[in-house]
Amino acid sequence: MFTGIHFIPQDTKIGFVRLRTITWIISALLTVVPLLLVWKVGLNFGIDFQGGTLIEIQTKESVADLGDIRAKVHGLNFGEVQIQEFGAPNAVLIRIAAQPTEKEQQESIAKVKQVLGDQVDYRRIEVVGPTISSELIAGGTVAVVVAMIGILIYIWFRFEWQFAVAAIASLVHDVTGTIGLYSLLQLEFNLSSIAAILTIIGYSLNDKVVIFDRIRENLRKYRKMPLTELLDLSVNETLSRTVLTHVTTFLAMMPFVLVGGEAIFGFALAMCFGIVIGAYSSIYVAAPLQLILGVKRDGGMAAAPAKTTKAGARARA
Amino acid sequence: MLHFPQWKLILVFGVVLAGLIFSLPNVFPRATMESMPGWLPHKQVNLGLDLQGGAHLLYQLDEDEMIEDWLGKLRDDVRETLRKDRTPYTDLTQNLAGRSVSVKIREAADFEKAYEDLRKLSVPVSNTFGLTGAQTLEVSRSGDNGVTLKATDAGLTQRMDSAIQASIETIRRRVDAFGTTEPSIQRQGRNRVLVQVPGISDVERLKRLIGETGKLEFRMVDAGANVQQVVESKQVPVDDELLYSKDDPPQPYVIKKQVLVSGENLVDAQPGFDQRTNEPIVTFRFDATGAKRFARATQENVGLPFAIILDGKVVSAPVIREPILGGSGQISGNFTVTEASDLAVTLRSGALPAKLTVIEERTVGASLGADSIASGKQATLLGMLLVVIFMFVAYGLFGLFANIALLINIAIIFGVLSLIGSTLTLPGIAGIVLTIGIAVDANVLINERIREEIHSGKSPVAAVEAGYSRALTTIVDSNMTTLISTLVLFWLGSGAVRGFAVTLTIGILASMFTAVTVTRLMVSTWLRWARPATIPI
Repeated sequence: MFTGIHFIPQDTKIGFVRLRTITWIISALLTVVPLLLVWKVGLNFGIDFQGGTLIEIQTKESVADLGDIRAKVHGLNFGEVQIQEFGAPNAVLIRIAAQPTEKEQQESIAKVKQVLGDQVDYRRIEVVGPTISSELIAGGTVAVVVAMIGILIYIWFRFEWQFAVAAIASLVHDVTGTIGLYSLLQLEFNLSSIAAILTIIGYSLNDKVVIFDRIRENLRKYRKMPLTELLDLSVNETLSRTVLTHVTTFLAMMPFVLVGGEAIFGFALAMCFGIVIGAYSSIYVAAPLQLILGVKRDGGMAAAPAKTTKAGARARA
Repeated sequence: MLHFPQWKLILVFGVVLAGLIFSLPNVFPRATMESMPGWLPHKQVNLGLDLQGGAHLLYQLDEDEMIEDWLGKLRDDVRETLRKDRTPYTDLTQNLAGRSVSVKIREAADFEKAYEDLRKLSVPVSNTFGLTGAQTLEVSRSGDNGVTLKATDAGLTQRMDSAIQASIETIRRRVDAFGTTEPSIQRQGRNRVLVQVPGISDVERLKRLIGETGKLEFRMVDAGANVQQVVESKQVPVDDELLYSKDDPPQPYVIKKQVLVSGENLVDAQPGFDQRTNEPIVTFRFDATGAKRFARATQENVGLPFAIILDGKVVSAPVIREPILGGSGQISGNFTVTEASDLAVTLRSGALPAKLTVIEERTVGASLGADSIASGKQATLLGMLLVVIFMFVAYGLFGLFANIALLINIAIIFGVLSLIGSTLTLPGIAGIVLTIGIAVDANVLINERIREEIHSGKSPVAAVEAGYSRALTTIVDSNMTTLISTLVLFWLGSGAVRGFAVTLTIGILASMFTAVTVTRLMVSTWLRWARPATIPI
């Protein structure tokens, strides 16, 4: 009978943690470079966070005359206006910067409709006034922080504080990396980006938990094994799962990048990126961090001074 | 491991069957469903505004305007109370920032009685559970013989509650005039109303209709004033007000402040045509009080012009040719047919308690919605196909089990969505896809564990048993972290994003059932039936 192809052999002995000097540098770069990018280049904030008007139109002609549309909309003196092709040659996205009052913001639509006439199909109109945009910024930030704290508490509760700290550190790595992608590609950063980040947090953690689980199991099983070796063993034992699960999720999400349409493109791309960076950080950030944090166990074999901890007590029980 | 108690079998089959039955309506077009027997579930998943097209409008009630209105009325009440007592007073003022009205009593001897009477203007605040113990006003002495009536937070909240409630009813009557299906009008937070109208094409008209406060007044034009002079000198006579018409360019009018009759006394308004000029007009009818007042006013002012004022703009200013005694009349003002019919709707639905401003708008055209459904469907099917093939390639028979469980999982998601009447959005579809990844992840964990156990030399049954039981805690732990972040997303999210959190949450919960219990049932049945010497994994 067909038993399936073993993509990853059973007994890999790759020295993931042994190579930590190199991977620390890579991980540090993956965290710092995105921050520099955001600082220097900035994020392309969508109207959710900046306020403003967004109008997506489709022209009757097969190719939209961007120059003509630009001239007409610029004539309305809204301040900053962006006009770009959106997914198809006859689809155009018009973005108008936030106007001083809610009323003027509202009137901007009517004015655009007046100059463009009803020869175009208005596919999508979004107006976010200053009140809402500042609330959304606050809400988005609170959400990410609350999710992180919730997860921190959960891991702390289920494992040890060292695992919780390692988890949060690798999450920060994943989140900055993802935000860096938004900055690098100048993808629109909006509410669905926050959703993407929160999902990446949840999904990436899912993976850390599996490896932590194995580390905990091996800590009890091999009491004399040096920690570096034990961490490598744990990562290797779960490697096949780590790779397969990320491949399946990636396969499921990828079609949304390719054929999902413009509306969900940014979200799907961020998710795909998050899946990859999440896999990386599970192996190269979360696991080796245990060495530094000195995860404790019975028998005084840990890097940190031996002390009976909850894990030890539980392992003995 | 191999043995499943009977109750568990029944439960598993029951849940799977229910999932399939409730998700079934989504497979067929609506027309086919209607011809099915009545005992089958007919509910389909609601599509979000981003998929079926429609308007999402978030309105905010102008709190300052509402407070100003209230303070104005309070000032009138204070004046009325003191006049009734024949108490001389001075400095009756209202202060918007301080949310208060203050007055000075002239004679110290009158003070105590006046103070007691003014205190009676404050009434207890009640909510749906009864009295709250709070009062609407805080009445205090200030300076020499001064009284300050300050609106309390509880009083303002009560005002806001009733204003929002009244706004929702008014908006509902106005939106209903469009005849669209299933508009949703809900309160959000303290001073907001969310209006969602699926499948609407003319959003500008909808906004115009909701945005009009609809405050109608009949007032006399001050025939004695020289309009030109008032406009130039900007000196309006004490009892008058300078208002403009809705025309382009606006015409100035000097209007008396006194209101003859207001829209509150209107019982009906209908669009129609003037019989002589064939121009679109709005005909209206007053209630008994309104009719009496209008009759008296028109009797006293034959030959003089009066003004019909809507939201502070003069609609028309005809001359009273003869007393209007029947309590009905007409408004003409160079309307188009649509304008006349919208005005009739506005007047019929009553005035809004205060101005509503759009602070967020999201409108999706039907064509974009249809495109999103098509591409969402295509991407989901493609993603699923890739995952199903990959799982089979990676795990053979056990991959097949996982794939069957995956299909059941998706059926359960649609079944639950249809059952709880939740809305499917484009991010929601992405949530389903992510669920696919997470659901098969559980099987990856189990299957990898089984492989390890076999590798360490366990018998097939023991390996499968250890695989399932050891993987379970890991599956629960890892899904918990994802659940935590989706719950946060649900709590924070609005509209489309919330749809993502909903499908992902349902999907994760369902996956713990399908990927673990359902596949275990399949595996153990197969083990008992085939009694394999080795596990093909």
